[in-house]
Amino acid sequence: MSFAINRGYAAVLALYLVLSLVGCASTAGSLSPEVPAMHTVNEFGDDEPIAAIDDPWEGFNRRMYRFNYHFDKYLFLPVVSAYEFVTPIFAQKGVSNFFGNLGEVRTLYNSLFQLKGKKFLITFGRFLTNSTVGLGGLFDPATCLGLQKQGEDFGQTLGYWGTPAGPYLVLPVLGPNTLRSTGGLAVDGSIRYVAVNAIDPFGHAEHEDAIMAGASTLEAVDVRHKEAFRYYESGYPFEYYMVRFLYYQSRELSVMK
Amino acid sequence: MPGGILDRHDGGIYLNRLKGLALVCLVLLPIVAAAADYNYGYPIPGSYEATIMGTPNSLKPELPDNIPTKHLLIEAIPGLKKPDIFFYDKGLRCTLAYQNRKAPLIFLIPGTGGSDGSPKVMVMMRAFYKAGYHVIAMPSPSHPNFIIAASHSHVPGDLAEDAADLYRVMEILWSKVKEDIEVSDFSLCGSSLGGTQAAFVAMLDEGRKSFNFRKVLMVNPAVNLYNSVTRIEGLLDRIPGGPRKIGIFFNRMLSKFTQFYHKGDFVGIDDEFLYAVYASRLFSHDEAGGLIGLAFRINLAGMVFASDVMTNSGYVVPKNRALTSADPLGDYFTVSVHLSFIDYFHEYFYPYFQKKRPGLTKEALIDTLGLKSIEGYLKSSDKFGAMTNADDFILAPGELDYLRELFGERLKVYPRGGHLGNLEYRDNMDDLIGFFDQ
Repeated sequence: MSFAINRGYAAVLALYLVLSLVGCASTAGSLSPEVPAMHTVNEFGDDEPIAAIDDPWEGFNRRMYRFNYHFDKYLFLPVVSAYEFVTPIFAQKGVSNFFGNLGEVRTLYNSLFQLKGKKFLITFGRFLTNSTVGLGGLFDPATCLGLQKQGEDFGQTLGYWGTPAGPYLVLPVLGPNTLRSTGGLAVDGSIRYVAVNAIDPFGHAEHEDAIMAGASTLEAVDVRHKEAFRYYESGYPFEYYMVRFLYYQSRELSVMK
Repeated sequence: MPGGILDRHDGGIYLNRLKGLALVCLVLLPIVAAAADYNYGYPIPGSYEATIMGTPNSLKPELPDNIPTKHLLIEAIPGLKKPDIFFYDKGLRCTLAYQNRKAPLIFLIPGTGGSDGSPKVMVMMRAFYKAGYHVIAMPSPSHPNFIIAASHSHVPGDLAEDAADLYRVMEILWSKVKEDIEVSDFSLCGSSLGGTQAAFVAMLDEGRKSFNFRKVLMVNPAVNLYNSVTRIEGLLDRIPGGPRKIGIFFNRMLSKFTQFYHKGDFVGIDDEFLYAVYASRLFSHDEAGGLIGLAFRINLAGMVFASDVMTNSGYVVPKNRALTSADPLGDYFTVSVHLSFIDYFHEYFYPYFQKKRPGLTKEALIDTLGLKSIEGYLKSSDKFGAMTNADDFILAPGELDYLRELFGERLKVYPRGGHLGNLEYRDNMDDLIGFFDQ
């Protein structure tokens, strides 16, 4: 997914700036003077905070959270729905398997970086099996053979070698991250960029750029199609904190493994 | 994590032992239990543990994964203005599961803080759908979405007012779907607090007759809302330092959980992992109770905050402060999560109703929050049925006997299951469907 997104980043950021300026303009202050609340946080200073995560950029993150909601609502999810409507289920699975298989490469080199032999071998077995018997990754016979999908990325590699997670960061479109996982995304994205250019899979095709853009878009749509999370769907007023906590914990747990 | 490979190796042995333990527990317990309790095979003996763990997958009935559903977004209060912080709230979110032929319709009311998409609601919806019913699930009147979009007072907890709001919502829902589905008759099913609310909704319907409910089922209902909530709040009295230290408790439980995961060779936080947690007795009985109390408080925090913002009462948010979606809410979360339902009742709920009904005493208000206030109706109407568990801890001493006296033959009491822990157990599911099939 990083491909399409890296390219579209500038456009997305510009769009965001416009939207946030529009948002600011319509915010009106309240007319009546404020009255302090009956209960304030000072009363509970003798307890530890619940689900506290380092989040110095909360204001920015919350704006991004809201932006992602709108991006989903007006662009991403309608495209995903259209994709789900026109594509037969078996084809959707094939697409997911295909991009999943390409993604094994990332797990491969990151397992290597973390000296995780077992993970490397399982993933290597998966990649070989699915690329051949699985018809170029369209099917996933490896899972049926007991080779469970592993997942490693450069953010986890950084964590493995002791880099702290750093502050929480909500990225446009990509959503919840930490500074460390953002660095990981950038490195994995660059490695991939270099590799794709070196292999140049559509080098002889007439509209190389268009094909690449199409493939990247399809990959992004597939990623969102597999992700059930919807911004603000819980209706819980403190959803931002729950998501932040759950994301952070699941990341920390995956670094442990 | 240098040395991780070695750790994992040890963890593998550890895990295998745990898996074995879990298996032994799951296989043996039903047999032990069967001898004692009239063949009731729900396996988890502890009431808190059952509530948290629910039902093992192998003991659940098979239900369809995909059923035809439609999301319904309704405008329950026309022209309602919402503050910017709730910009995402576009109306009350409900879900319809529909048959392609004429069928009876069941309205579902979830328990405290539940939405139309809560796991327990989804399970009941799939079970009723499979049995041939149309189903409409609504959020609980204590869910922020309901408080914001469908409660006229925006102050949740009064059974009569919440029932009136629910009833209006149901009428709007019906007017919205009646062109699309064919309905033979209406029934009502509520769980936990939703069960108690169902009784009040049914009574309202006796006068208004919009639905003329054929059957009404209360699953693990509260007999009195105030008593039940006091019981749940009481679970936090037994954590170290008491309810004021729930933050410390949360962090301690979290690190226990994380360390356990770290030591074992788990693939993820899945059922297998949770059963390993259970089988290893990682959390004591009191800690399990504390976790239930904590989950309740986290839910309650959303309810209190949403209500306070909507009424501009200055309870946890300064009066007249206009919050936006970019404002940090961490301090409000900390405050809200430390306030108990008892605080909410005395400092927010009671003053609100006292203003509306001068002369109202706290005792009189508490009495309106229970089944006793409508017991004449409940005793006389044969459309009611109720299910609960002998060890359901939301019932105060004497309340189980009260339910027996009130419903007689219409009440089914299971020997264990805690609060809704056995809902998905196949016998319970059969009874659930059986009640509406009669």
